[in-house]
Parts: sequence; structure tokens; C-alpha cells
Amino acid sequence: MQTAKDIKSYRHELRQALSNEFQRTAMDNFAVFYRGARARAFAGMDLPALIADVAAAKDAAMARMDELLAEFTANAQKAGVTVHVAATGDEANAIIADIARAEGVKRIVKSKSMTAEETLLNHRLEADGYEVTETDLGEWIIQLRHEGPTHMVMPAIHLSRYQVADLFSDVTGRKQEVDIQKLVKVARRELRLKFAQADMGISGANFALADTGTLGIITNEGNGRLVTTLPRVHVALVGLDKLVPSMDDALKVIKVLPRNATAQAISSYVTWITGQNACAASPDGKKSMHVVFLDNGRRRLAADPVFSQALRCVRCGACANVCPIYRQVGGHTYGHIYIGAVGLVLTYFYHGRDKAKNLVQNCLNCGACKAACVAGIDLPYLIKEVHARILAEEGRPFQNTALSLAMRNRTVFHGMLRTASLLQKPVTGGTPYLRHLPMFFARDQEFRALPAIADKPFRDRWKAVKPHPQTSAVKAALFSGCVQDFVYPEQAEAAVSLFHGKDADLAYPMDQTCCGLPALMMGEKKTARDVALQNIKAFDDCNCDYILTLCASCASHLKKGYPRLLADDPTYAEAAERFAAKVIDFSTFARDVLKLAPSDFAGPATKTALHAPCHLCRGLQVTEAPRDMLKAAGLEYAPYDEEDVCCGFGGTFSLKFPELSAEILKKKLQNVAATGASLLITDCPGCVMQLRGGADNLKMDITVKHSAEVLAERRKK
Amino acid sequence: MDAPADLVELFRTKAELVSAVTLRAVDMPAALAYVVEACEKKDACKLLLSGCEADLSAPAAEMCETITQKTIAAPDLSDADFAALGTLCEQKGFRLIRDGLRNHLGGIDIAVTHTDAGIAETGTLVLRSRSEELRLATMVAEVHIALLPVSVIKATSHDIEPMVRQWMAEPPDYTAFITGASRTADIERVLALGVHGPLELHIVFLTEA
Repeated sequence: MQTAKDIKSYRHELRQALSNEFQRTAMDNFAVFYRGARARAFAGMDLPALIADVAAAKDAAMARMDELLAEFTANAQKAGVTVHVAATGDEANAIIADIARAEGVKRIVKSKSMTAEETLLNHRLEADGYEVTETDLGEWIIQLRHEGPTHMVMPAIHLSRYQVADLFSDVTGRKQEVDIQKLVKVARRELRLKFAQADMGISGANFALADTGTLGIITNEGNGRLVTTLPRVHVALVGLDKLVPSMDDALKVIKVLPRNATAQAISSYVTWITGQNACAASPDGKKSMHVVFLDNGRRRLAADPVFSQALRCVRCGACANVCPIYRQVGGHTYGHIYIGAVGLVLTYFYHGRDKAKNLVQNCLNCGACKAACVAGIDLPYLIKEVHARILAEEGRPFQNTALSLAMRNRTVFHGMLRTASLLQKPVTGGTPYLRHLPMFFARDQEFRALPAIADKPFRDRWKAVKPHPQTSAVKAALFSGCVQDFVYPEQAEAAVSLFHGKDADLAYPMDQTCCGLPALMMGEKKTARDVALQNIKAFDDCNCDYILTLCASCASHLKKGYPRLLADDPTYAEAAERFAAKVIDFSTFARDVLKLAPSDFAGPATKTALHAPCHLCRGLQVTEAPRDMLKAAGLEYAPYDEEDVCCGFGGTFSLKFPELSAEILKKKLQNVAATGASLLITDCPGCVMQLRGGADNLKMDITVKHSAEVLAERRKK
Repeated sequence: MDAPADLVELFRTKAELVSAVTLRAVDMPAALAYVVEACEKKDACKLLLSGCEADLSAPAAEMCETITQKTIAAPDLSDADFAALGTLCEQKGFRLIRDGLRNHLGGIDIAVTHTDAGIAETGTLVLRSRSEELRLATMVAEVHIALLPVSVIKATSHDIEPMVRQWMAEPPDYTAFITGASRTADIERVLALGVHGPLELHIVFLTEA
């Protein structure tokens, strides 16, 4: 749960989480396992089509939430079920407490329900004097420990068998062996008694089928079946987002949910309950059955044009499983109650701004969650949108205002960068890195050497290096981005040199400025729009077929971000689409447009590892071109695990959360080091900055370069 | 009418992937003989590690002491099949019950049930369980033996959807999809079978027409 008041105390909690060695090892092992298991679970299936099916079915259902609610209610009532609707979590808890009182209940058994976690139902029922027992093994464990879940599917993933054995020793009053199979059987026996004694069972539901008034519940342990069968009263607490028209929609979700959650083709049990079933424990032989629907922000979400897609979530937990940050810190600090990327979004709507405001800043924008989501939710985008909303509601911190002011005026912005190049001289010590930074700037940045600003930016070098082809079948324009303009101009120069001898011309519009992604990352949407327009105008006159970008982050933002930012701009929406259509990444351009081939290169077969930038491999779905060019250049390709996992840079993220950035970088470099490669190449100057700085700090014997530099060096003269 | 052999084979493969035990029986007498044989081979619940041997709290341990005799539950067998199974059980000294399962929450050894349909793509059993006795049998037993006529095996979940929707349209209804034994991985992601429901699932393919 989120208790941190500000980003400073949130960072303190993150550092504590980082010091939990067991949790980190457990998460790390799981992250590695999950990757392979998920791929095997979906082998041979058309995953994009399945995702599109789920997204379409859920979107259609959420657009008629209240209609489906009315239909469900009518059908369930006909079958003897009482249906309630609660506006808030407290209201839902009160309804359930009232049912328990009216039914003369003493003991309650529960099966796993994230919705009941959301409303903190146990707190209310225990305060009212009921004995409440969670019967899902993981939920029982965390209930006994008085803590919340750290994963939506595996709530006790942060705990070791030793901790569980100690806990069960306390509960049974007998010393328990540290043996997982035996501990599970202890839980079976202890909980069986609770089932036998309970007079009320509380479950959640994965589906509420409107056309028959049926609840669908997915479980593995079988406790959900006992909870809904043995006690004389059954109450299901169900989010309004679980309403679907019919079984057909549910079956679509069942195809993907267990596969994405636990790599199972289907979970052990799927239970479909319609109406008041027979129950021998009931005086009239029929179960007393209630369904409590929970709104708590869901109707607001459903009506929101940007955020309604968050309601597609099927609670598989995959967005946490693949998140490089979750992997480091676990669920108690990476969510409030809902965990992982979707948790960052839902927390704002279900639990309010205060619980969400620190969380939403803790995102690398690496897109791993989006790629793993079986409902096709654009999670990184929604996280940024929540951040922007919170800034709009709360007012912006000084850094944001300053950044926005600077970025909106290119001359001012570039002037600041030029000044920085002069001011840094005393701290570079004659190296290309910033050394001995003044403390206020360097705090917690020791994990990587930061590069110095170049003496002469690329824009001042352009005239001297630009190509002069005799003829030009290809007309391209270069978008350098800030990093290559002001920090690594040699990378842009290297790319330019590859044009020589080719039937291709390159332009460099001088009015271009920052792509605007850093502004968006800080929640500054207006500034991001303003600079997008400046860039679109800057490239308008140069009559080019391609806009070449050597920065993966710029490229994905120019191509995917601009059309979205300007979609509702009557004057520039179309221009943004035209602009975006021309944007191309470096390796694809080198391979497909310049058609650089093995015959163009010479040099030793150096063992070379590749880092796949997030915004290239997931942002633009460019995965093969960098590898193709590496091989074309005659280098020996050294593959390694998790080539496409984030390096931890994330732009401003690494300044805001240096402790997380450092750990993610360390993991990356360990994987690279294991290959024995002496060269590491990547297609993004931001990644170069992070990886080179980290390698320098660790004194690793490896050279980190942009692939453009390597291709230029190896090009036959 | 038999389902195509490849569907049965696919079902078997998928069910075994989730640790189900599968076998074929030509007719009901053969299937019932298997049930008794399985019960005979099965030691009292403690050797299956269902937890009776564990150091439990006093109230939970008392519940285990309610188990006095090997017990088979057969809630939905026809009268004739139930009688035939009863004769076999009597010879072996097993108790055979078809109702009153709430009195056996401490555990029963084996539940034998019919199956309404099978889904080959996932090795899933479909049981319409309107009777509470049937539900409890499949939840409380340590070994669930499901009798699956090969003629009711379909390829995908969508093939059984019209039938299940029809059931749902005639409430009350409680339909279970069962795939493998009860399982958990909640402690250190280590797989453990039989956390609340059956520790073993046996599927008997009935091949008679």
C-alpha cells in the first residue's frame, strides 16, 4: 500500500525494497522463467488476433455497462439472486456487513478477490466481529501476516518457505517442517475445518454474464468451489468491469488469461454459477445468494475516452511480471492495491490522486507491459496520461515549469545547452565524461559516468560534413535529437558519412528542436504538443521522402506520439500523419534504403553484443534490422538473455529514480558481460549514454557504440 | 458414435500435461472394477500426504479422526451401476455412499462421477453439477475418477458453448470445467497438487457405443 507522502519518502521505501534480497532473487527468477513459459503457452497461436478479440469484446461491453447491469440483474433476480450495486468500496462493505447481520452469520470463508482487497472488506468484517478466513493459500498467508498482496495472481510471491513454515507453526501451535508440499497439506487440513464451519462464503468473479445472470470464476486451488458450495450464504463482490454480454465473451478471455498469468492452457477450475443452487445447510434447502456490484470509479472510467481501455484488464498480472521495476522492488512499493502497470493507472481512479501521485512517476516507459498485455491496453501511455492529469490538478513542480519554458523556445533551449558546454569544463578533467560533479547535481548518479556536452554541436558541424551526391534517388532529412546534436555529434556524423558514394541526399533542417518526449515523460502534454508542431513545420519545406532518426526514443515518439498528440488538431492532424509516415530508424534505413551490404564493409569479426532499445523493438516493432546490419558489417553476433529488456535509462526516469536505474543497468551489463563480447552496440544515443556510463563505472572491458559509428568505421573506403 | 480418434488422443495428451492419469475402459463394469482397484491400491489418506499425518491444530486434527473406513462416493451413478459398485465394495470392505457428503468433509478417498462433455484442446472435463452431492464429491475426494464417454469429447470450448448456455438458461445451474487436479504454486512458485480439491484426477475414457 502507498503511505509515502512525497517522492522523497517514496524513494526511501523503494530503497528498502531493494535491500530485500530474498524478494529480489525470487522476482528475478520469476521474470526469467515467465518469459519462456509465456512464449511456450502461446506457441502456435495467433496472439495478436486473440488480443484484438478480447479488446473488442471488452470495449463493446464497457460501452454498455449499465445496460448489461440491468440485463444481468433481471436474469439473476428471476433465478432467486439478490443484486446490489455499491457506488464506493465503503458502501460495498456496508452492504455485505448488512447481509451477514441479517443472515445471522458468525464465520466467513473467502476465496481470492482483488475487488475485496480494493474495498478492504476484511477490515470492515473483522471490525464487526466476524471470523473471516481467506482460503486461497497465498491470501491466507498474507492475511495471517496482516499485509496486502504483492502480486495479483501470486499474492505471497515475496515470501520464502521459511517464513511460511514459521507462520504455520504459530497458527497450529506445532513446529512445522520447512517443506513446501507438507506446508500446503497443513493449509488444506486447517482450512477444511474453516469451510465446514462457515455460514457465509464470499467470492469475487471473473465474469458476470448478462444474458443468463451467471457468474464465472477462475481458480486453481478449488477453494472457490468450496466457498460457493458449503456455506448457506454466498456473496459475490464483482466489479462492474466484469460484466460481459454472454459466455462467448468469457471464453475469449479464458483463452488468454490463464496462459498470460501462469502459462496454463486453462486454470484447473472454471466455475459457472447461475441462480440459487441447492444447499443442504440452508433451512429451505436453497442457497441464499447475493451479487454486489462495485462501481468505485468504474463508471467514470467507462465514460472516459482516454482511460476506458483500462477496464479491459483481466487481472492476469503480466504487466507486473515483465516490468523491470516491479522485478526490482516487488508489489508493496509498485502499486497501492492493484499492482504493476495497470495498478498505476487504476490506483488513480479507484483510490485517488494521493495514492497515485508518486507511483505514476515510477515508469521507464519501456513498453514491456504493453507488449505483454492480453487485452491490448496501452499501459505506458495511460500512465503518462494519469501523470499529466495529476499535474493539471495539483499544479506543477518547479522543474516542470522550467523545462516547459525552456523547451518551448528552441533558441533559449539550445542556448542553455551551449552554455552548459562551457560551464562543465572544470568537471570533465579532459575526458568525455562529467567527473567530480557538484553535489547538488550528482546526487545518487555515481552508478554511471555522465557524458560531457560536446564542444561543438552537430548543427555547427553540419556544413562541413554534409553529403554532396551527384544524383540523389533518395531524399532524406536528419532528425538528430538533442543527445546527438549536443552530446554525441560524432554519432550523427558517422551516419552522414554512410551517405557518401550512395545515390542519396540528406538535409538537416536547422529549426528542429527536441522531439518533446522528455516533456511528455514529465507529464507536460502542452509543451510536448508545442515542440511537435515546431518540428513538423521545420521539416515541412525540405521535401524529403524519409525523416531519418538515430535515436530510438525520438523515432518512436515522432512516429507514434505525434499523430496521437495532434489527432484532434484541425490544422495539423494531417501534417502530423504525413510527417510520421516518413520517419524511419537508422538500421532499417541502412539496410533497406541505403542498401548497405556485406560487400560495403571490412574488418575483424569482433564479438559483438546488441542492446535492443525499448522504443525500437517494442515502440516501432523493429527487431531484425539492427541484427542484420551487425552481421552485414562482418561482426560476430553474441546473443544473450533479455536482449530486449530496458537498460534503465528512461530519460528523466534515471534522474528521478537513480537507485532503480542503477539496478536495472547492472542486470543488463551482467547479461552482456556473460557473452564475453568486446563490443556492445545499440541504436539509441540514450541507451549508449546509460550503457557506456555504466560500463565505465564498472571498469568493464567493453566498448559501447551506436551502430552508426561501427558501420562508419568498418565501411570500405 | 465415437469422437474421432485424434480428438481423444489430443484430450489425453492435454490432460496428462496437467498430471491427470488416463486410461481406457470398454464398458461400465470395467470402469467400476478400476474404481475399486484404485481404492484398494490407495493407502489411507495419510500416505497420500493429504495432511492427516501433519502436526495440526487440535480442532483440525479432530476432523481427521472422523475418517474410519475407506470411502467411495458415487453421487450420480445409475441405480444399477451403484448396486454393482456396491457389491464390489462390500467384498473389499469399502464404504460406498451417494449422498450425505457434508458428513464426510474430513475427506473421502475416491469420488467416481460421470462427465457431460470433454474439451480436447485443453483436456477439460465439463460437469453439470446441480446436485450438491455431486459438487462436493468432486471437491472433497482425494482422488476424482471421471468417466468420460469418448463420444462427448469436442474439439474446443466453443463447441460445448451452446449446450452450457442452454443449462445456464434453466437455472439454478452450477457447471464446472475441471482440468487436472487442484493445484497451487503460492509458496515460492513451487507446484503442489491437492491444495483444497482432489490430489489426483483419473480420467477413464469409456469407449463403448
